[in-house]
Amino acid sequence: MDLRDLYQDIILDHGRHPRNFGKLEHPSHFAHGHNPLCGDKITVYLTVAGDRIEDVKFEGRGCAISTASSSLMTEVLKGKTIADANQLFRSFHAKVTGGAAPPLSEALEEDADRLDPLTGVKAYPVRVKCATLPWHAVQAALEEGAVGKTVKTE
Amino acid sequence: MTGNGRLDAREVRRDFPIFENNPGLVFLDSGASAQKPRQVIDAVAEFYRRDYANIHRGVYRLSARSTELYEAARETVRRFLNAPDAREIVFVRNATEAINLVAAAWGATFLRSGDEILITELEHHANIVPWQMLRDRLGCRLVVAPIDETGGLDLAALEARIGPRTRLIAVTHLANAIGTLVPVESIARLARKAGAKLLVDGSQAAPRLPVDVQAIGCDFYVFTGHKTYGPTGAGVLWARRELLESMPPYQTGGDMILEVTFEKTTFQEPPARFEAGTPDIAAVVGLARALEYIESLGRSAVLAHEEALTGYGVDRLSSMPGVRLVGAGQRRLAILSFEVEGIHPHDLATVLDRNGVAVRAGHHCAQPLMEKLGLAATTRASLGVYNDESDIDALGAAIRDAQRMFG
Repeated sequence: MDLRDLYQDIILDHGRHPRNFGKLEHPSHFAHGHNPLCGDKITVYLTVAGDRIEDVKFEGRGCAISTASSSLMTEVLKGKTIADANQLFRSFHAKVTGGAAPPLSEALEEDADRLDPLTGVKAYPVRVKCATLPWHAVQAALEEGAVGKTVKTE
Repeated sequence: MTGNGRLDAREVRRDFPIFENNPGLVFLDSGASAQKPRQVIDAVAEFYRRDYANIHRGVYRLSARSTELYEAARETVRRFLNAPDAREIVFVRNATEAINLVAAAWGATFLRSGDEILITELEHHANIVPWQMLRDRLGCRLVVAPIDETGGLDLAALEARIGPRTRLIAVTHLANAIGTLVPVESIARLARKAGAKLLVDGSQAAPRLPVDVQAIGCDFYVFTGHKTYGPTGAGVLWARRELLESMPPYQTGGDMILEVTFEKTTFQEPPARFEAGTPDIAAVVGLARALEYIESLGRSAVLAHEEALTGYGVDRLSSMPGVRLVGAGQRRLAILSFEVEGIHPHDLATVLDRNGVAVRAGHHCAQPLMEKLGLAATTRASLGVYNDESDIDALGAAIRDAQRMFG
């Protein structure tokens, strides 16, 4: 496998210039993601109204893969319901781990496709956690009663 | 050996089948674990084929032969460390277990609330966490000597932290994360003056430096076999005989007792007292063979080789734009920790791997040190007897490849 399948231009671009990077001043939910293997730490912030994610941002330091994954994730999650977010996570997780893809509602297909550049990690098992870290952090943030929880990749 | 007292790495490499089976492999991660020469691989296989039986038990001749090989390994380790007495060599699984043994058997017996254990900012987690546990259990204090801005150990600052309650100083001989060579002889003098014991973690030093525990003047010296070109599963604790004799058992069970009744057990003398249960006999036999292998290369030749290659690596990496070596103080050996501007160590290690270059990326089990240096992670190239300038050149070329991709 060619390295450029992992480091596609869109990954390099989002890695260098992450979108929605920064802190939300008054998030309704937030959580920390920590990858002890490489020391990467990110924090995701969400503003959820009803069951809809109105805003989402992240900050922290990480490799190109985790930064690009966080950036792309915030782009697709903005405006989605929590149920949509869960669907997108399951679909993304299946793609990067090579598992069976769960059914996805048609309306979300385009969003799921936008995450495809990250599926190159499938060929690099130790890097899969870099890509899934921000998603795990969002899951932890949205868990009922969770406030500023920390999830670890291992 | 070549004319200048160095090794001929190309010749050495022929002893290591991993390179034959992985053509093009540039292995720069011996600091994590070294590759094994066929002499060691064969010794382990031959031991199982010809000589294997449990030790210290059987009346039969095969068991006696196995026991002889195991005890001969103890003598090999004694010679390797220039220890006064083979009975001072305790076989354990690795350096981590050796330090835990000292903490549990010596520390828990002789330390009291308010006593101080002095470590340094250079330490591997294995030389931090066991002392933290002991501190929490006994109410001791864990005091940390700082490094200076160059990454070297600040000896004056260490001395200033020695007080009347300092009972143990525990330091690395060669810092695994950044390659700082620590002046353990000087620290031993300070420890003696203060009436404190000195434990030296020789995990990175043992495969590279001629180690003489009597010349160092320490009280405990630990190292692991798998970093000295030996099998995984065997490591060494050396301690002064009177210390071992004063220490209660670490684990209890078979092979470490003199007599057991349901009322009372009498324990063996050291080292058997500290080797409960059946050990990894073959790994110990393999470890002895690995130490003989290092001796056959010549320990001063190994050191000269690694010093020369370290110098070449420092020159090469520091001449590259965008590459910053993490400081290792006055004297660096065999470990090059560095950052490449704009590239995360994990991304860099992935690109290097695709170029056939194996390095470590991360915190190197030294998170407090990384924190002090203001780094989440670094990329680390560490050298072994099979490396030469071509490996460093391959590293440089692979870094440039990564810079092109991420630039």
